Amino acid sequence: MKKLEKLVSVKDLPEAPVSNVPSLNQKTGTWRVFRPDVDKEKCIKCSICWRCCPDISIDVDEEGFPIINYNYCKGCGICAHECPKNAIKMEREGK
Amino acid sequence: MKRAGIPTEEFIYSGHTACPGCGAMLVSRYLLKVLGMNTIMNIPACCFAAIPGTFPETCLGVPLLYNAFETTAATASGVEAALKIKGKKEKINVVGFAGDGGTADIGIQALSGAIERGHEIIYVCYDNEAYMNTGMQTSSLTPMGATTTTNPLGKKGGWRTRNKKNMMEIVAAHGIPYAATVNPSYPLDFIKKIEKAKSIKGPSYIHAYSVCPTGWRYQPELGLELGRLATETGIFPLYEFENGVYTINYKKKTKEVLEYYKLQGRFRHLSEDFIKEVQAVVDKEWQKLLYKEECSNKY
Amino acid sequence: MVKKIITGNIAAAWGARLSRAEVIAAYPITPQTIIVEKLAQFVSDGELKAEYLHVESEHSAMAACIAASQMGARAFTATSSQGLLLMHELLHWASGARTPIVMANVNRALAPPWSVWVEHTDMMSQRDTGWIQFYAESNQEVLDTLLICYKLCEDKEIQLPAMIGLDAFYLSHTSEIVDIPDQELVDKFLPKYEAQYPIDIENPLSVGSLSMPHQWYPEFRYKIYEAMERVIPRLNQIEEDFYKQFGRRYTGPLELYNTEDAEVVLIISGAAAGTVKETVDILRKKGVKVGAIRLRIFRPFPQEELVKALSNVSFLGVIDRSFSFGHEGAIFSEIKAALYGAKNSPPMKNYIAGIGGRDITTDTIKKIFDNCFNCLKKNKIDTHIEWVDIKV
Repeated sequence: MKKLEKLVSVKDLPEAPVSNVPSLNQKTGTWRVFRPDVDKEKCIKCSICWRCCPDISIDVDEEGFPIINYNYCKGCGICAHECPKNAIKMEREGK
Repeated sequence: MKRAGIPTEEFIYSGHTACPGCGAMLVSRYLLKVLGMNTIMNIPACCFAAIPGTFPETCLGVPLLYNAFETTAATASGVEAALKIKGKKEKINVVGFAGDGGTADIGIQALSGAIERGHEIIYVCYDNEAYMNTGMQTSSLTPMGATTTTNPLGKKGGWRTRNKKNMMEIVAAHGIPYAATVNPSYPLDFIKKIEKAKSIKGPSYIHAYSVCPTGWRYQPELGLELGRLATETGIFPLYEFENGVYTINYKKKTKEVLEYYKLQGRFRHLSEDFIKEVQAVVDKEWQKLLYKEECSNKY
Repeated sequence: MVKKIITGNIAAAWGARLSRAEVIAAYPITPQTIIVEKLAQFVSDGELKAEYLHVESEHSAMAACIAASQMGARAFTATSSQGLLLMHELLHWASGARTPIVMANVNRALAPPWSVWVEHTDMMSQRDTGWIQFYAESNQEVLDTLLICYKLCEDKEIQLPAMIGLDAFYLSHTSEIVDIPDQELVDKFLPKYEAQYPIDIENPLSVGSLSMPHQWYPEFRYKIYEAMERVIPRLNQIEEDFYKQFGRRYTGPLELYNTEDAEVVLIISGAAAGTVKETVDILRKKGVKVGAIRLRIFRPFPQEELVKALSNVSFLGVIDRSFSFGHEGAIFSEIKAALYGAKNSPPMKNYIAGIGGRDITTDTIKKIFDNCFNCLKKNKIDTHIEWVDIKV
């Protein structure tokens, strides 16, 4: 079944309500009030922040540092709270 | 491949509409990391029915059958039966993933039937302790003292005074081969238990602690800390029930109930006396659990 | 082919067996119990290769069938009355999810008061659920219609569930001669089921997501409407195939009996149609120009076919074996609506008969015909609705 994109009329729809388009179009980063900023100096590359993100918006680069995907990060602050070295600070958006 | 103790591969896409700090997202994320892509999720009306988004989008990278509220375990039974008759069950995990309402209240009949019939399914209850999706109404798994929208704080009291139903005991009474409590604050324990559930040739039940900043009224960043307190106070003990034997995985009951309760807005109104009552109940349940572990290991 | 003397319930079980139902999830309820028992026997004997789920309620039975059907297994269930009502929520789900489930429903009256005898209110209450609905007159028809339904429902242009009503005790527990076709012939007629959207690990689908008002909920419902419009033409084709394969002819949504030159026609569903036809024979011998129409399919409602069949009729008596409280019999309402704007819209009257299993005899039908002729002669309908054989 091809990806259900560019739906215009009833003829483009499958017979039953089946979805197959990943939700990546919804940029939930716009929900944020606070944004996490990573201090690489303090970071010990434990990846706990990656592990505890409910939005899967933290990835880890080749060196082992976290990369925050600000397109989706909702600013819940769990990563900052869990970081064992306080290497993540939540800053108010728009500052 | 592992990172920070858990598998690296993801089976959930970002862009889902869960609240910031949603416990159910961590539960489902860790669950799928273990079960992998050969998994069929059956999800009823609950937060997770809205979280994946609207047609034609979905946040899950595995097949998902939405089902009516009461029917999660019955739907999972139908999926399992179909796979069996087609000779395809061997490699596919069939998962029922429901909230506390869809498990302990409206869904309990179907769950009871499915366990009794012995289907090879993994039933996960993500317990956020109220009907969160419909606006935080009381469920039978809402804890003592909580305010909800149907147990609101009023001039005559009104908050919930009854204790949670013990779902683990209910499924144990069915003689389920395997049941376990899991908590995203203890990810390695979580992963191990899902691995075990995956290997069971019969039904297994996973009771997952699932924080809800919106319903429990706390700052979302405290999500995993609340999880740790829940277990360390004995309110959410980590234990397993396997073939009639209880095993407590985390024995350090070191914190007072007050430390957990004071961080959540839903408990803010409670008097010291009530908290003492809660403490007494928690202590008693903990003692009973220790005793169950001792007894069941003896015979 | 084997001729057996069997009850409607046994015929239904044979229908499910010959259709090679793969997942059977059903909950016992009088008078359907024999269906699930016979199927359990078939499975225990290894004569039917199916997963038999001892579900804990009819609601779970339908849930399991929906899931199994979505997974690509041919699903069958059976119920009656209270059980059908309990499934109601999921009947809507089955049609909304476009699952080709086939169900046998033994038509039984609703409680309270408790009754186990025939009435059609249980199935009539499900009119809006998007299920194709058949009412059978004989045990042979029960078996045959099950086979026809799977072929119809699983058609890629249809993909809707179907229920077959068989009258409690008159069909379910009464033995008649039934031709049980050979499995090989059935296999030729009814190929293996393939789900329209197979649940494929490689290409995962989410089935049944939230859908907004502006996109695309109404369009999905429109698709069900379109599919229903395709049912009768497709059914006619399938019944032609059935005749070629098995030698038994079914005539689509209606069975017309002596209607071509009839002045007064009675329309009815279910086993009592046999009694009406017998009464027509008796009266015809006396030279009275009467006819009968058996309404075989209630959903989709055969509007066109009925308008055509009634084009020369002077008076129509509609016998409902059910009632929609607050209004009138369901068939009556729907025929009235169907005839709206038709060239010939005869005067019609609603006769409510056979409620709670009260017997419909040739005397009952004679009385009804008499009343029709009276109204016709006086050019005036005495009452809009008459509850026949009621001790008022």
